[in-house]
Amino acid sequence: MGFILISLIILIGITSYFLGNFRAKNLRTSNQKNLKSLSHYYGYYVALWAVVPALLILLMITSFKSFFIEQYVLSDFIALGSYTETELSLLFTQIENTALGIKLFDENTILIDGAVNKLNYINKTIENLTYVTVLGFSGLLVLYSVFNINHKLNSRKIVEKFLLVLYFTCSLVAIMTTVGIIFSLLYETLRFFSQVPITDFLFGLNWSPQRVFVREAGDLDTRDLANAFGAVPLFAGTFLIALIAMCVSVPVGLLTAIYMSEYASPKVRDWAKPIIEILAGIPTVVYGFFAALTVAPLVRDIGQGAGLTVSSESALAAGFVMGIMIIPFISSLSDDVIKSVPQSLREGSYAMGATKRETIVKVLLPAALPGIVGSFLLAVSRAIGETMIVVMAAGLNAKLTANPLDAATTITTQIVVILIGDQEFDSPKTQSAFALGLTLFVVTLALNFIALQVVKKYTERYD
Amino acid sequence: MTDRIEQRINSLNKRLNSEKRFRIYCIGAMSFALAWVLILFLNIFSSGYSAFYRTVIQVDVPFLNLIEDTTQFSEMSSEDINNLSMYSFSKKAIYGLFPDIEEKKDKKMLIRLFSIEFEQEIREFLKSNKSNINETETIYLTASDDVDQVNKGNYPRDLDEDKRRIKDIQLLFFDDLVDRGLVSYEFNLPFLMRGDSREPELAGVGGSIVGSLFTILVVLILSFPIGIFAAIYLEEFASKNRVTDFIEININNLAAVPSIVFGLLGLGIILNTFGLPRSTPLVGGIVLSLMTLPTIIIATRASLRAVPPSIREGALAVGATKMQAVMHHVVPVAMPGALTGTIIGLAQALGETAPLLLIGMVAFVVDVPQTPLDASASLPVQVYLWSESAERGYVEKTSATIMMLLGFLILMNLAAVLIRRKFETKW
Repeated sequence: MGFILISLIILIGITSYFLGNFRAKNLRTSNQKNLKSLSHYYGYYVALWAVVPALLILLMITSFKSFFIEQYVLSDFIALGSYTETELSLLFTQIENTALGIKLFDENTILIDGAVNKLNYINKTIENLTYVTVLGFSGLLVLYSVFNINHKLNSRKIVEKFLLVLYFTCSLVAIMTTVGIIFSLLYETLRFFSQVPITDFLFGLNWSPQRVFVREAGDLDTRDLANAFGAVPLFAGTFLIALIAMCVSVPVGLLTAIYMSEYASPKVRDWAKPIIEILAGIPTVVYGFFAALTVAPLVRDIGQGAGLTVSSESALAAGFVMGIMIIPFISSLSDDVIKSVPQSLREGSYAMGATKRETIVKVLLPAALPGIVGSFLLAVSRAIGETMIVVMAAGLNAKLTANPLDAATTITTQIVVILIGDQEFDSPKTQSAFALGLTLFVVTLALNFIALQVVKKYTERYD
Repeated sequence: MTDRIEQRINSLNKRLNSEKRFRIYCIGAMSFALAWVLILFLNIFSSGYSAFYRTVIQVDVPFLNLIEDTTQFSEMSSEDINNLSMYSFSKKAIYGLFPDIEEKKDKKMLIRLFSIEFEQEIREFLKSNKSNINETETIYLTASDDVDQVNKGNYPRDLDEDKRRIKDIQLLFFDDLVDRGLVSYEFNLPFLMRGDSREPELAGVGGSIVGSLFTILVVLILSFPIGIFAAIYLEEFASKNRVTDFIEININNLAAVPSIVFGLLGLGIILNTFGLPRSTPLVGGIVLSLMTLPTIIIATRASLRAVPPSIREGALAVGATKMQAVMHHVVPVAMPGALTGTIIGLAQALGETAPLLLIGMVAFVVDVPQTPLDASASLPVQVYLWSESAERGYVEKTSATIMMLLGFLILMNLAAVLIRRKFETKW
């Protein structure tokens, strides 16, 4: 229904554009008097009146429709007074299914049959009503605005005002997204912390949310909850894997950046740089597959060859592949920073007889250090927030370990493990994922903030 | 005197040697990074290309056993054919490959050389050729995944029998069929067309390709206008005040938020508060739009900023309003940059997996989705789903899916580069 209605509205919009345009031209020729705006602005003016209110009404109807339908259909059951809210919503699903011809239960048949009839009736009615109101409104407003066109009306101003408001609203989407993120994370997290003390979450050593099977929080001993939601093993695992990733990506990324900016001929640079940047464009799920199927078995075999016990989901494999993924972040950021060090510093150093290495290590790197540190911090925040590699290649069970050959789990892995598939929404288990998400959000934002500050505060100005 | 010279020479040599070493470290680091690009691609490619063809086994089906006169098929409707009971008939057709087998166990093993849908395949053949069915028709039936993998050489034959999924007797049958020239390869069209399946030989990426397309379409419809309008406002109209600063900080922060947090947003707000349907490309697209918006806004702003002021001023000087100057003169010039940014944002969205896992786009979906409101998977999610499966056939299918995903990404990035090269004006 929505599709047809929207196409109709758009059609009305296009016709009313021509209507307004035509009317404005007519006015001009018949009265020999100039209008305040160009004629096509009157077209836009009428079209806006035709489309925008109609779409808003449609949006409102669609958002309130389902609530209204449910209330109406269930009115008989609500009147009985013997159903709880969850039972009612289950009942409604059952009625909907019966209306679609899927019959699962046969209790209460008379009431349900009545409700099904009601559902069909109300659906039909609301659909008709929507058509009538939306199209009627649209038509009325077209008439109103067409007859509103006169010599005094400056439609250009109105249209431009509308565009400006539209643009401003669009730029608010970023704020709304941030607010949405913070709101959804905070809401669930606060509910979580009302059941599990925040100190137990931040400092507890045992993470096993799957043990919490009980539906009602009242049935749970708080001690159980505290023991199940200690996030330290996750923080440790995240840190361990990020550390391994940085151990791979920092030297490789930095040396690559140095080579690119100081040694490579423009020709080498031209083909090597895009190839390395391919690494940043590959979807992370591909790295995850690569880590789980190729690198992890390789690490295990090598380790076993050396007589070590290596888990097949070792932190080393996940961290290593993550490190490869991060190389381009460090190399291209550092490359830019090193290149932006003024040429005079290099030449001064050469003039003193320093070799290239000495110039790089003793002059360029110290000069570029804030930017390089900034790029490392951004890379760390990338590593901490990375999900697919660890979900596919790192361990799923939380275990406090500092051994890179052991399986370790991360914050992001646990969020996915908890929330994938069906969840019951009121359990502390589900809410714990949001608490983890909030932790992740805060940590990555802080890292980015610090990185920016480091760059801003310590970068030397040479001009 | 000579001592001091020697000392100097030694120290110089030392410095020059360390210079050489340093240079080698640098080259080593870069080769390391380049090598992994190569290893990654070779690894995916070498294990994935074989999914694009499949093993079929030629079977003679005596339709005369099903019906007295095969011309009667032409008068039957598709429904009539669906109602025909063909299971034991199809089995017998397969037994016809080895008429000498008597034991029930061996017969069962022979049937298992084929995919479980052999009956359906014969039925489909009958439906599409019903007007001219001969007494005996040669039909190419899909081989089971085990046979397929053995035929492609992906599966070791020399393991102990009880460690192998394919049994000795099946290998005997198979080798005999190969000798008789009944086993052949064909292009794996079903892989590109079908939805997911629990049987590796029947699983396809068609469903997830369509799911990805719908998702990207939603992202395009939402994030392209919103992103460009927001960028126009911030770059051209916004006065320098607190609200503008706050918006800018927000956009930069959003660009750094881990993608999984957007998944939590989708789950908490879009699914649970607004009640949009789970697992659908619509919700996936909304979440990914929010994620790609910062990319598009930042790129568009950069290209708006690159438009020289003379263009704005020229328009204003001949009497255009501010809005006219921006919309008629500045935005068209900045459009290639905005498009490039959008395409790169879309490419990011296409490869994104984590947020989709949280909003339920990991459902096992057999049917190819028809609208953005049907439950579906997407290409990267399909990679995740299959990589969790134990069957060997899924490994090549996963790699092949990755190849297609990378192919799409390369095409999109290429388009971005071409647009930039062709339309970007240098001032």
